[in-house]
Amino acid sequence: MNCDIKIATRDSYGNALAELGDELPQLVVLDCDLAGATKTSVFKRKFPSRHIDCGIAEADMTGIGAGLATCGKIPFISSFAMFVAGRNYEQVRNSIAYPHLNVKIGATHAGITVGEDGATHQCIEDLALMRVIPGMTVVVPCDDIEARAAVRAAALTDGPFYLRFGRSPVPIVNDDPGYKFELGKAVVLRQGADTTIFVNGVCVSEALLAADMLSKEGIEVCVVNVHTLKPIDSDTVLDCSKGKKRVFTCEEHSVIGGLGSAVCDVLSEHMPTPVSKIGINDVFGQSGTASGLMAEYGLDYKGIARAIREKLG
Amino acid sequence: MNNKQLKIMAENVRKGIVTAVYSAKSGHPGGSLSAADMFTYLYFEEMNIDSANPRNSDRDRFVLSKGHTSPGLYSVLANRGFFPVEDLKTFRKLGSYLQGHPCMTETPGVDMSTGSLGQGLSAACGMALNAKLDGKSYHVYALLGDGEIEEGQIWEASMFAGAHKLDNLTVIVDNNGLQIDGRVEDVCNVYPIDKKFEAFNFNVICIDGHDFDAIRGAFKAAHSCTDKPTAIIMHTIKGKGVSFMENQAGWHGKAPNDEEYKLAVQEIDARISALEKSEVGSV
Repeated sequence: MNCDIKIATRDSYGNALAELGDELPQLVVLDCDLAGATKTSVFKRKFPSRHIDCGIAEADMTGIGAGLATCGKIPFISSFAMFVAGRNYEQVRNSIAYPHLNVKIGATHAGITVGEDGATHQCIEDLALMRVIPGMTVVVPCDDIEARAAVRAAALTDGPFYLRFGRSPVPIVNDDPGYKFELGKAVVLRQGADTTIFVNGVCVSEALLAADMLSKEGIEVCVVNVHTLKPIDSDTVLDCSKGKKRVFTCEEHSVIGGLGSAVCDVLSEHMPTPVSKIGINDVFGQSGTASGLMAEYGLDYKGIARAIREKLG
Repeated sequence: MNNKQLKIMAENVRKGIVTAVYSAKSGHPGGSLSAADMFTYLYFEEMNIDSANPRNSDRDRFVLSKGHTSPGLYSVLANRGFFPVEDLKTFRKLGSYLQGHPCMTETPGVDMSTGSLGQGLSAACGMALNAKLDGKSYHVYALLGDGEIEEGQIWEASMFAGAHKLDNLTVIVDNNGLQIDGRVEDVCNVYPIDKKFEAFNFNVICIDGHDFDAIRGAFKAAHSCTDKPTAIIMHTIKGKGVSFMENQAGWHGKAPNDEEYKLAVQEIDARISALEKSEVGSV
């Protein structure tokens, strides 16, 4: 992991779209007056005629994306997670997912690391909403490298995708030159005999730091990056839970309906194991700096280490 | 088709509507019947489509934004040869490809899955925008209910269509005046419809939706208008063509019983016989 370079995955989103534009002439990008924030402006500068600003009208953007997809385009519809998943849930379900259209949802500013804007803009329910929709692939990248790879994989794979990006810069986790992104395949980032933490998104680098800290205290934690939330990699979840008295999940999302729930679904069916879910405990967020909020809600490395220590202690 | 042929076909479409809803013992006859003449004109006269090649990328597109009137769409598609008319009797039944609301992955000729009101027009905008991006000459038609335009997304989509000058998009509003809870002006007054679309930079044409000459003229005017989408506000009678269903909000979403079905088919068949005997110029 390289903590010296930090890049927000929303930047990765915009850059990846611009990189893919030449290769995929059918790729178009839609936005709702937030091109500067979602970073689709990077694509817009390179391909102005293929960037459609729909105005502040997310529901309409979703339908326009659906209509374009029926004609063979690969639309990336972009806005904050709160609007593109929250406000838009039913449009996504009925106009995109039910006809299984090839629309990619680029959701930026997800979770509490939106920061100062506060609870109205901190979407901590989007993964629950998107995960229950039949046929929807849900990806939660943890860094720049994974985010750009996820955008590429989504563009090249038919069907609806929900891609979750963050506002705040995060370290590079996948700095191994041999790194290869595989859709639907969880990545074991660190082995550990005492417990396992399943984690994705901005919490991955924090979980790695927590594992370092706990190792010094004699607790060895296996860290698994579940970047594809749906379809979840059941095999890796089961493999990495074997022989563990308790496992953990950690996510910048409500503890209801996201990664924690998905891991519990797998384990309860095949290998009942106690699971402690680290996430937002069924409360709304609040204004603050991104790092301040991560600490406040126990999602920074100190909070993660504390939760593991307490439960295993 | 001449007006006589169109009228006979529209009666056949009506018969398919009542047969589908009767067979399903549920469904939405009122708004299907009010738009039956428009469905007929679109699929037999107006649109560039081919039942042998329903996914041709250069075809005209139709989006039934008021998706609950699927019996109207299914009946016209069946009569136009996209699938057997006999299959209308499977409507809404377990395992049928004729779902309660249109499903593009199930039914040949359905260009967009719809049913949740307010969403279809946005998809139609996407299709029209696609033609602009690719320099294609196909046209896109979207049929809206007059109750449906209470949905806010309709006006998001209308603003987009006007702003992007989608002159290859024609919106048709079936102004039959009734929605589930009663008259559209009593539930949540939608009027004036024409001025609303004008304000959203549409070319607006108001017609009698049961007059084929008027429908023909409206589309001619729509095609000659450049730089603006067109909205055809068509005044219609809900339940048109089945006497006891006409202008009755109660027939928005109700199936006829055995006796009512028999009566409806008798009325329609009588009109078809009369039309077949009539001179071309007299209808």
